Amino acid sequence: MIKVEGLTKRYARHLAVDHISFEVEKGQIVGFLGPNGAGKTTTMRVLTCFMPPTSGTASVAGFDVLEQPMEVKKRIGYLPETPPLYPDMEVAEYLEFVGRLKGIPKAQLESRIDEVARKCAVDDVKNKLIGKLSKGYRQRVGLAQAIIHNPDVLILDEPTAGLDPHQIIETRDLIKGLAGDHTIILSTHILPEVEQICERVIIIAKGKLVATDTVENLTSRLRGAETVSVEVTSRQGDLNPLQVQAKLEQVSGVSRVIHKDSHDGRIHYTVESLQGRHIRPELARAVVESGWDLNELHAVGLSLEEIFLELTGANREEALKAGAATQEVPAGESK
Amino acid sequence: MNTLTICRKELNGYFRSPIAYGVMAFFALVAGYFFYIAVAIFVQRGIESSMQGQSMPMDVNEWVIRPVFSNVSVLGLFLIPMITMRLFAEEKRSGTIELLITSPITDLEIILGKWLAALLLYAAMLGLSLISIAMLFAYGKPDWRPIAVGYLGLVLQGACLLAIGTFISTCTKNQIVAGVAGFCICLMLWVLDWVSAFNTTSLGKVMAYLSVLQHFDSFSKGVLDSKDIIYYASAIFFGLFLTARSLESLRWRA
Repeated sequence: MIKVEGLTKRYARHLAVDHISFEVEKGQIVGFLGPNGAGKTTTMRVLTCFMPPTSGTASVAGFDVLEQPMEVKKRIGYLPETPPLYPDMEVAEYLEFVGRLKGIPKAQLESRIDEVARKCAVDDVKNKLIGKLSKGYRQRVGLAQAIIHNPDVLILDEPTAGLDPHQIIETRDLIKGLAGDHTIILSTHILPEVEQICERVIIIAKGKLVATDTVENLTSRLRGAETVSVEVTSRQGDLNPLQVQAKLEQVSGVSRVIHKDSHDGRIHYTVESLQGRHIRPELARAVVESGWDLNELHAVGLSLEEIFLELTGANREEALKAGAATQEVPAGESK
Repeated sequence: MNTLTICRKELNGYFRSPIAYGVMAFFALVAGYFFYIAVAIFVQRGIESSMQGQSMPMDVNEWVIRPVFSNVSVLGLFLIPMITMRLFAEEKRSGTIELLITSPITDLEIILGKWLAALLLYAAMLGLSLISIAMLFAYGKPDWRPIAVGYLGLVLQGACLLAIGTFISTCTKNQIVAGVAGFCICLMLWVLDWVSAFNTTSLGKVMAYLSVLQHFDSFSKGVLDSKDIIYYASAIFFGLFLTARSLESLRWRA
């Protein structure tokens, strides 16, 4: 449905997107993952024909974005990072305006407005001014605008950015509900969001494609070995860290136990499992059966940064150094 | 069709904000004042000439309508930037320009729609001055043909300044900047022909030709001159052409 080949976008001074190639099949939900400034928005803007690529090609439903932009635009629904709303319009009036822009025949317009308003749960504010709506409602009006012409492809740029947790859940559910009818690309820098919504992930960093894979493959590849944080205390006091460590090491599936620190009688360990083993239940049982108290036990998730490091093969020190360097540059320039 | 959609949205926007009402009220006030002054002078001249025992034929078109038209054309220079300043600047600021550009409509349809909306508001504003003209017809017998030509001239002049103002609005995200810049350019186009008062070289002639108001002169007299119509038509085309280029460059830079 979407095909991108060697896409490059250069702004006056910097390279925003560098030779990205990927394909998205019909009906898939694809997460476009990357830190801020990775080139997500730029790629989306090329796909929506907002701006032309510097080089490379992109096509949607077989139509090239440069050769036949009108055909592409008809088939795309786009929600930019800030929803493109007119605060002085009423919701229904706004949807009617967008519907006309997208070329919906007059006879169908009203029923389409009703349908998308219902789908996006904005039918109760149809006659309110957009400027008076809460952020969550505005986001949903933005989504309604994107799907009003029933496009084959939906492109959503950070659809949950800036919403409160409740609104985030609502928006995610809404997007999942749209999945059947549309091919969806959504960008985000939140990893769990991708895990919850998407079937496939495209990871980009600094304008380069880092990985593209299904969510299951990617997470299992990265989390084959589980890392668990454990904190143990004892009501009797005087707990021997080495004794506890020895006990934890005996649990089946454990490959390594690292003693992090201990204070006030609480001892903190990081436990790594063997590939593909779930060790949390056994760890808990081992601690409790030894008569100690289990204060804390949780899997240590890989942060997005760690995934990038893992995928790009850079080690942590280098990344930290690079991070420090980029922070120093603007300070130097300001002098 | 798409042009009309955009045009309708812009017109609705004008009348939902205070802009349309403010501009129209101000115009009605000042144009009415111009008319009052012109009529007062006309009446005084009439009394003077009858006291001197001469019964010179007094021409309403020459003494009332012509000065009102020239004054109103200058007034347009001040009000037009207020009409055009938000057209694109506001869309750029709020990000709605992304919606327009990624919709299956052409840049030209967007530009024409917005320009047409501005022109309709301007025409509605001019329409308010018809009240004064109606009074002339109620109490006198002015010739309607020079009046029609005068209005045509005002609309043409407005259309050309609106096109230039639309272009300026694409250059910035800030309405106020667009308004002030538009006003400066209107002012420049007005005063350009002042040099022709003393400078009769070809440079002076060129500058006089470029001046917007210079070309309105013949219209205010009720004369239709193809030279002036061509000037306005080409200025409209030029302004809209620059708007199209500017909008396109937005995509390459954005």
